Amino acid sequence: MKKTYKIEVDCANCANKMEDAAKKVPGVADVTVNFMAQKMIVDFSEGADPASTMKQVVSACKKVEDDCEIYL
Amino acid sequence: MNKKQKKILIRIIISAALLIILHFIPVSGIPRFLLYLIPYGVIGYDILKKAWKGILNRQVFDENFLMAVATLGALALGLLKTGDYEEAVAVMLFYQIGELFQSYAVGKSRRNISELMDIRPDYANIEDADGNLTRVDPDEVAIGTVIVINPGEKVPLDGIVENGKSSLNTSALTGESVPRDVGPGDEIFSGCINMNSVLRIRTTKEFGESTVSKVLDLVENASSRKSKSENFISRFARWYTPVVVCCALALALLPPLVRLLMSLPPEWGEWIYRALTFLVISCPCALVISIPLTFFAGIGGAGKEGILVKGSNYLEALSKTGTVVFDKTGTLTMGVFDVVDVHHSSLDRQALLEYAALAECASSHPIGMSIKKAWGKPLDMSRVGKVEEIGGNGVVVEIDGRQVAAGNSRLMRSLSVEPIECRTAGTIVHMAINGEYAGHFVIADVVKPDAKEAIAALKRSGVRRTVMLTGDGKAVAEQVAAELGIDQVWSNLLPGDKVTKVEELLAEKPEKEMLAFVGDGINDAPVLGRADLGIAMGAMGSDAAIEAADVVLMDDNPLKISKSIRIARKCMRIVYQNIILALCVKAVCLVLGALGIANMWLAVFADVGVMIIAVLNAIRALFVSKL
Repeated sequence: MKKTYKIEVDCANCANKMEDAAKKVPGVADVTVNFMAQKMIVDFSEGADPASTMKQVVSACKKVEDDCEIYL
Repeated sequence: MNKKQKKILIRIIISAALLIILHFIPVSGIPRFLLYLIPYGVIGYDILKKAWKGILNRQVFDENFLMAVATLGALALGLLKTGDYEEAVAVMLFYQIGELFQSYAVGKSRRNISELMDIRPDYANIEDADGNLTRVDPDEVAIGTVIVINPGEKVPLDGIVENGKSSLNTSALTGESVPRDVGPGDEIFSGCINMNSVLRIRTTKEFGESTVSKVLDLVENASSRKSKSENFISRFARWYTPVVVCCALALALLPPLVRLLMSLPPEWGEWIYRALTFLVISCPCALVISIPLTFFAGIGGAGKEGILVKGSNYLEALSKTGTVVFDKTGTLTMGVFDVVDVHHSSLDRQALLEYAALAECASSHPIGMSIKKAWGKPLDMSRVGKVEEIGGNGVVVEIDGRQVAAGNSRLMRSLSVEPIECRTAGTIVHMAINGEYAGHFVIADVVKPDAKEAIAALKRSGVRRTVMLTGDGKAVAEQVAAELGIDQVWSNLLPGDKVTKVEELLAEKPEKEMLAFVGDGINDAPVLGRADLGIAMGAMGSDAAIEAADVVLMDDNPLKISKSIRIARKCMRIVYQNIILALCVKAVCLVLGALGIANMWLAVFADVGVMIIAVLNAIRALFVSKL
């Protein structure tokens, strides 16, 4: 299942860092961060609960890029 | 400017003002240190916080860490030795100014692009019995609903025009600025803007399946595949900073120790200062920020032109294209058949055409359709009597009591009529009336008006070899290839043969060159997938093509192929310029810093300056309309 989230991130490299970090979260099958559109598209693995998975995604992203914002 | 940027701007102003005031206050010793801590704290607290968090999260070596160590070191040095704190504050100040500028410039160009990508329709109008319109979410509209599109509104869902005539602006989807005229019966795609009058359309797809959703999905998902240059930069950054930190450490420790051994004064302060300068210079922001930004901007700029690139690796591949393989029908030709000539007609041309059209009246075959289109007038069906279709060969029909046969030479011979063979390439429809030969029509696929120019443009932009693959006969294929200036042709290919041919071509080309296959996405999906780079044209409304291709051209203008190559080349040029610029300036400054020639002021200018130049250069990748 795919969901799109609005994000706020300042630099293109930070967007790539967030993408890498979010990909490593369990329950996430794939992630695309589009810097130009300021969007994060998360493809959840089967059976994963989006709400709790996204909490982990947010904290993983905050770790690599303190300034980023993900609007759930 | 957004809130964050405004906040930083205020901090920059406050700390700059404090720095100037403190410059004229005659205090010394500890009070002076404490006073300077105020502007330092104002400007640098978030950098320190981020550096600290980085250490906690084991993301130690980033630019925040470098800046924090360099400035804290400079403060300590001031406290212990020189009493100069201005440098530390100034380094932080300029670093923040650079960051602010960068984020402002990037934000501005980003909005420029995202406004263009903003094609998502917000509502659909549904009319009730009294003619009142209600706005509903396009997601809730079922297939087959009639919706109303007022002038100026976006078409929310794909559908067929029920009534109304208008022009559609398709530029958001295709980059094409010429409006498209539509009337009842025409299929229209969501994402276009209705320009002049009210249209009522019957929807044919749900919102999730509509063109606009597909395109948005594609645009937002682009960039998930990273180019080699980007991977290089992220690997580079992972190694670079630790290496630089070690070098700086060596620079701070080794020379003084060596001097001690040689019983010279060690000059700790001087060498530590040089090491700190070294750290400031070495900050890799210019590269890490500008390279991904260039790709984002390049993909964004291409999107604005109706060229959707699915990832930065494909942009990189496009720039290296050496061979372009075309499918003929629908790519170089219109894919619609037209009657181009009438030969050996024993009757008046129009009369023969009318007979042919009547004979084909029940046909839905493309050839039959083309004859009906060429006649172009209503047909009096009462004149048509018995219709006999002879599968694969043609039709024999009774018209006005006369026997009319239309078909290939086999049909003619079966009626014992000797056809006159035609030397023109194309599909030939022979006519016989009452058992006598009446002439033939030449029907051909029409070459797109821009196809010749497109091939020439490809050659100009450095494509070495152009190849055309087609299922059509040899004569037609060779005529089209000669007309367009294509190097090589293979004809009479079945869809499976095309894959084999592309594989052969892939094996022939040099390793570093890329082979692009251009098709219209109809039954060539396997070939699109097999080539280094699959380019689908005229993809508006064709889901299979969008799925299979790496680069999607929204309209079917072949000139866009060379344009996309030029965009990719420009983007890669900028990437290389930035890599070279940043590495050269850094290398020179690092040497100057290590030798003690460059001080921290120069260091911060080198860092921030290169970053700003690189970011501005990267943003250039957005501007592609004149390429």
